[in-house]
Amino acid sequence: MSETQTQLEPYPVIDPLECKACGRCIVACPKQVLAMGTELNQRGYPFAIYLGSGCIGCGNCYYTCPEPNAVTVHIPLK
Amino acid sequence: MTKEKIIGRPQGLYPEFPRKGGAAPTATHYCPGCGHGIVHKLIGEALEQLGIQDRAITISPVGCTVFAYYYFDTGNLQSAHGRAQAVGTGISRSQDDAIVLSYQGDGDLASIGLAETLHAANRGEKIAVFFVNNTVYGMTGGQMAPTTLVGEKTSTSPTGRDPLETGFPIHMCELISTLRAPVFVERVSVSDISHIRKAKKAIFKALEIQRDKKGYAFVEILSPCPTNLRMSPVENAEFVNEQMEREFPLGNFRDRSAEAEAIVRRESDYAKANLDRLFHLEDGRKVPETGEPFHGKVQIKIAGFGGQGVLSLGLIIARGGVAAGRQVSWYPSYGPEQRGGTSNCAVILSDEAIGSPIVYRSDILVAFNRPSLDKFVKDVREGGLILYDGTIGDYDFPAGVRAVAVPAQRVAQEAGSAKALNTVMLGVLLAHGGLCLSALSIDGGLAESFEEKPKLLELNRRILELGRTWGRENL
Repeated sequence: MSETQTQLEPYPVIDPLECKACGRCIVACPKQVLAMGTELNQRGYPFAIYLGSGCIGCGNCYYTCPEPNAVTVHIPLK
Repeated sequence: MTKEKIIGRPQGLYPEFPRKGGAAPTATHYCPGCGHGIVHKLIGEALEQLGIQDRAITISPVGCTVFAYYYFDTGNLQSAHGRAQAVGTGISRSQDDAIVLSYQGDGDLASIGLAETLHAANRGEKIAVFFVNNTVYGMTGGQMAPTTLVGEKTSTSPTGRDPLETGFPIHMCELISTLRAPVFVERVSVSDISHIRKAKKAIFKALEIQRDKKGYAFVEILSPCPTNLRMSPVENAEFVNEQMEREFPLGNFRDRSAEAEAIVRRESDYAKANLDRLFHLEDGRKVPETGEPFHGKVQIKIAGFGGQGVLSLGLIIARGGVAAGRQVSWYPSYGPEQRGGTSNCAVILSDEAIGSPIVYRSDILVAFNRPSLDKFVKDVREGGLILYDGTIGDYDFPAGVRAVAVPAQRVAQEAGSAKALNTVMLGVLLAHGGLCLSALSIDGGLAESFEEKPKLLELNRRILELGRTWGRENL
């Protein structure tokens, strides 16, 4: 991640190209900070987005996502 | 920059999937909401954590995961439908250090591969089996599987599975738990996040058992298939949790990992020198390059009683063909009788690769007895040659073939070996020239066949000459 994005809160990064809009991550998120976007990716799928705050870094979205590369969760070490 | 921990793709999976091709080289070929990708990630993570990735060999089945080798950064093999654990047995036994992962679906493992599965389990092979059960055939378009629930609609059970017609769902964990050898048997689910966390532990355990060489580990993973079950991913999670779990209860069925001991097999030796010795290919015994020009294909059938040298004559001709640089096949066929039955073999000599070793139309038939003539005369092509032993007597041959009675038994007996009547026939064939093999090549075949019996080699060389002389004088 670029240095301008240094945050003290954990945050997920969702790669739009790999998302197939199954919605599993949205259901799995305990803080309900993920949502289905309205834009379409290059392959024609809508894709999940992070609402921008509230992530606790539990990793549920990563583990429940069927795609290996679509979700990464960044957890700052204090 | 702040230090951070990243939860993401494990080392066990490739960062990109160039073998897959297509628009998104970093995305899988699986449908939205499919369970396979989840299982792949859990396996990839365990491989990384256990430090066994470099020794791991993944076996792809037939089914949606036929392309598992796109994703796993391990050794990969794709096996024939249902045979993954038979192939896995071979890998495990020949490469004792290998971590073997067999990744299979319900069609592959529980239907066509049921025998391989149960026997691999019963032998306690060192294989981690990941059995993804989604109650339906995915790749082929949603047909009924052995694990389809009673009443569940699929494309081949459109009104729901009827046990009167198609039986009941098969319970693999329960079946495998009846066997003594397996070390670990557990059923988990990847329906939702809480189940995925438990599945992760079972998958890790199965691979840990492989690292410790303890034997067979079987993890059944209940998994969604939203496309073929015609559900949304959320509905499919409910289906797995409520309906599938009722039929296939989750839990551990067996865990002997604490007390099981490492299985140590004898080391395999693949040094080239030793393999050459095994197959008689040591440097000193190279076949001579005779460089005989040849274009075409000669198909030979040899038939007689067991003990008349039928199969060995075929082998000598085939080895002669090898000596001449031909493509050859030798295909023996004999009945269940140990003694007195008829036997035959088909030999093909060709300048091109041979697709099938079966001879339907023969150029040459060598028959040592009457039943062989009765059986194979009709298969000789027009203009073909039939050599038959003179003791058979009169025989009514069809028009268009050349049939020659050879006093093979008599010549062989007079030369001092009644058993060598096949070599007499070989000499006559050499004189005839229909094999398109030189005397040097034939001698090469003879020498190879009698390699360990030098006295017999000399005798047969003499008898070959007698047959050749007879052929020159009588053909």
